[in-house]
Amino acid sequence: MSNSYIGKSIPRMESFEKVTGIAKYVHDMALPGMLYAKILTSPHAHARIVSIDKSEAEKLPGVKAVLVGSELPYKLGLYLIDKDILAKGKVRYQGEAVAAVAAESEEIARRAIELIKVEYEPLTPVFDPVEAIQEDAPLVHEDLGSYDYMKGVFNPIAGTNIANHFKLRKGDVEKGFKDSYRIFENEYTMPQVNHVPLETHAVIAEWTKSGRINIYTSAQSPFAVRNLMSIAFKIPHSKIHVRVPYVGGGFGGKAGIHLEPLAACLSKKAGGRPVKIVASREEEFNTIPSRQGLTARIKTGVSEEGRVLAQEIVYYWDAGAYADYGVNIGRASGYSGAGPYEIENVKLDSYTIYTNHPFGTAYRGFGHVEFFWAIERQMDIIARELGIDPYEFRMKNLLKPGSITITGEKIRENTGRVDKCLKTVVEAIEWGEQKTEEEKQEEFKKGKVTGKGFAVLHKAPAMPTFTSCSAIIKFNEDGSVNVVVSGVDYGQGTYTALAQIAAEVLKMPIEKVHMVWECDTDTGPYDWQTVASRFTFMGGNAIIKAAHDAIDQMKEVASAVLRAPKDELEIGNEKIYVKHNPDEFLTYREVAMGYTYPNGNSIGGPIIGRGKYIAQGLTNLDPETGQGLPALDWTYGAHAVEIEVDVRTGELELKKVVSAFDVGKVVNKLLCEGQVVGGVVQGIGTSLYEGFVYTPDGRLLTNSFTDYKIPTSKDIPDVVEPLFVETPQLDGPFGARGVAEHPMISVHAAIGNAIYNAIGVDIMELPITSERIWRAIKEKERRDQRAKTLKG
Amino acid sequence: MKVKVVINGITFCEEISPNTTLLEFIKEKAGLTGTKTGCENGECGACTVIMNGKPVRSCIILAAEAHGAIITTVEGLAEKDKLHPLQQSFIRKGAVQCGFCTPGMLMAAKALYDRNPAPSQKDIEEALSGHLCRCTGYKPIKEAIEDAFNSHYN
Repeated sequence: MSNSYIGKSIPRMESFEKVTGIAKYVHDMALPGMLYAKILTSPHAHARIVSIDKSEAEKLPGVKAVLVGSELPYKLGLYLIDKDILAKGKVRYQGEAVAAVAAESEEIARRAIELIKVEYEPLTPVFDPVEAIQEDAPLVHEDLGSYDYMKGVFNPIAGTNIANHFKLRKGDVEKGFKDSYRIFENEYTMPQVNHVPLETHAVIAEWTKSGRINIYTSAQSPFAVRNLMSIAFKIPHSKIHVRVPYVGGGFGGKAGIHLEPLAACLSKKAGGRPVKIVASREEEFNTIPSRQGLTARIKTGVSEEGRVLAQEIVYYWDAGAYADYGVNIGRASGYSGAGPYEIENVKLDSYTIYTNHPFGTAYRGFGHVEFFWAIERQMDIIARELGIDPYEFRMKNLLKPGSITITGEKIRENTGRVDKCLKTVVEAIEWGEQKTEEEKQEEFKKGKVTGKGFAVLHKAPAMPTFTSCSAIIKFNEDGSVNVVVSGVDYGQGTYTALAQIAAEVLKMPIEKVHMVWECDTDTGPYDWQTVASRFTFMGGNAIIKAAHDAIDQMKEVASAVLRAPKDELEIGNEKIYVKHNPDEFLTYREVAMGYTYPNGNSIGGPIIGRGKYIAQGLTNLDPETGQGLPALDWTYGAHAVEIEVDVRTGELELKKVVSAFDVGKVVNKLLCEGQVVGGVVQGIGTSLYEGFVYTPDGRLLTNSFTDYKIPTSKDIPDVVEPLFVETPQLDGPFGARGVAEHPMISVHAAIGNAIYNAIGVDIMELPITSERIWRAIKEKERRDQRAKTLKG
Repeated sequence: MKVKVVINGITFCEEISPNTTLLEFIKEKAGLTGTKTGCENGECGACTVIMNGKPVRSCIILAAEAHGAIITTVEGLAEKDKLHPLQQSFIRKGAVQCGFCTPGMLMAAKALYDRNPAPSQKDIEEALSGHLCRCTGYKPIKEAIEDAFNSHYN
């Protein structure tokens, strides 16, 4: 049975539940005596709260609790503890939660919300991250200096809007620029976008009179919810019980903590009755955090032969009103922010900056989708200006075994191969001979112009150095197993991959491996968070260890019964047998709960395997230079696209996307391909359609599906082709690495590069709307016309 | 007011307030939670059910409008223990990830399945065009629907 499950395309184990409507999400749940909550949000982007009158709301029959910020002396956060449960003293973005009501029905709660009167005194807002760090900019958090944060990792600057300044210094950029043949300086921007999980955030919480808090939540990280609540409320962890049933998509937006504390506080005020909060779609856009915006400035020095000699990068992150998570995005994008290139001299500053926009949080790619727009457009622009093929140019500069990264990490044979990924996709689109100027003109006249482009990417899990997880494998009476982990499978398919790993190591049929679906902090083993594409890697390793632990326990029993030393026992076909005499065996079933001899004597006992995994060897980075080891593993990848542009309308049609990732080992092809195709299409959304639009006073205009468009079934390319490179990761389960976030990264840059290839215009801002392309074409026509006139 | 609706062959006769939506009726009165709430605005398709043979957005239809209607939800798709060919192909093709859009997708596909035995790719795209999915990138969903038609009719 060796290796029979690894690499097999097994459909998701929970599919039956999901296609029949059996799967229960928090949205679908109700508890006896449950109340419904609604939130009052701020109409201002920045305003002082002068007064709140909630007396009318409290009088409304059916209302059981009304809460405002001043009643809640708690601050919450994972990295930078900057957020109140409800706004206190002032509001920092339009859409911020100001008050909340729990009532017998949603309708009553909604009416009560309308009865709360808030008087505001508008304050000057700041929206642009670059403006926000000017000296006279209004402060979003006057008290930043007094906030608690993860010391030694982050660097908030009191008296400014800088929530974190990540610094990286490698080599000598000034010297690098001096030695350069040419220097290129460009600015790239991208707006905030929303995760758009189909299930909005939902929670049911009860804070009982006995002092226990019980929670059902649509969260990615049950233990993080428990931990942060324990710290904020000063309640022992054992008194907080978090359960996560099926979750309808997360993409990072359900990491950390969201509506859970508010629901718990409402419950406490309502005498302990359970309270349910379901974010409306508008709140999902406007109140719950989204993805940060980015302004990137890059200065690159290159030699005549096309070696990148120096790069100076500044990332200005539009964190919005709170930056608890944003600081880590700024950091993660800092230590990998020059892309998978070997560059001797790098100076990088990544500023996470408070503004009066809705705030940002983790979103698939964790900063990398954003900064790769800048890095991979920049690389194409440089190659073209130097007259070097962009594929050749990248190949000269990409990381290879032996290269040193910008934080000083040495790339090894088994780190993964970005060059192979790029080669794979470039060959797939038959990159090579370019169109002649005449052929281009001819196409242009016909109105539809084709182009090709590509881009590379990398990402490591962005997580604290001490990130750990664990797994339990419990044998059942019939010799089957229940596998308990506390990472959440909110659609990725990880549980199926983990079941394959468990079945493989235990050498038993996968049908007998049951992944315990609901995560439960009372009974499940610890896991830090389900983020960063780390669950298959770390969870897989924990399960391998748990399986070996269980096997060892079974061998212990079998050794006595079969009168053979443990090291002469082998397992296979759900049996423990003597290596040289396979007829001497015990079945798993016979030892699962303890073995009983014919005379009634019994030995052993229930078999429960335990496994754990902690990231090894990671270091905090030097605060001045950013040097150290931040990466558990690197997943590399590349995309190549073929497009067609209608030069009269600016309309872009994506014909083909080919993507390759070095996943180490494909554990389940069906699931890997699912991650890639889904991620690419999400990347197309970021590339072509999505972006928050505001009124001048900071009111979000794109807070519904009417105004915020994500890709539909009609917007996807004819061909989306996922390909895999397999350079085994030595410490990965069966050699595997994560590939959850990566497919979304760099799709936009490949498209942007293809647009230049097609029509010779550079798009520097996302999203690449038809209007932007059309305007760029018009601008180019004017420029060309002027040049002709001058010549003539 | 009292409203009578037949859902998956069972008659529900319930007292409701006039502003109750069909979605609320299905989830709260009939206790069928397979149908999902995605936007409450008729824009995402997660709440799609089949009403008198046509796919409808149950979040923007009042329960009162459905008085006397015959409704099929995702729970009514399988015949006893035998999954509908669409459900089988959704599983096989990996058309399900988080599963939240799945019931709506399945009902849209079922409505197409019932009225057009040989849909073109375009028909399938059209049938799905009002349904948002953030996980799968739609490709496996389209393939699953094609596959269900092919395996059923060929």
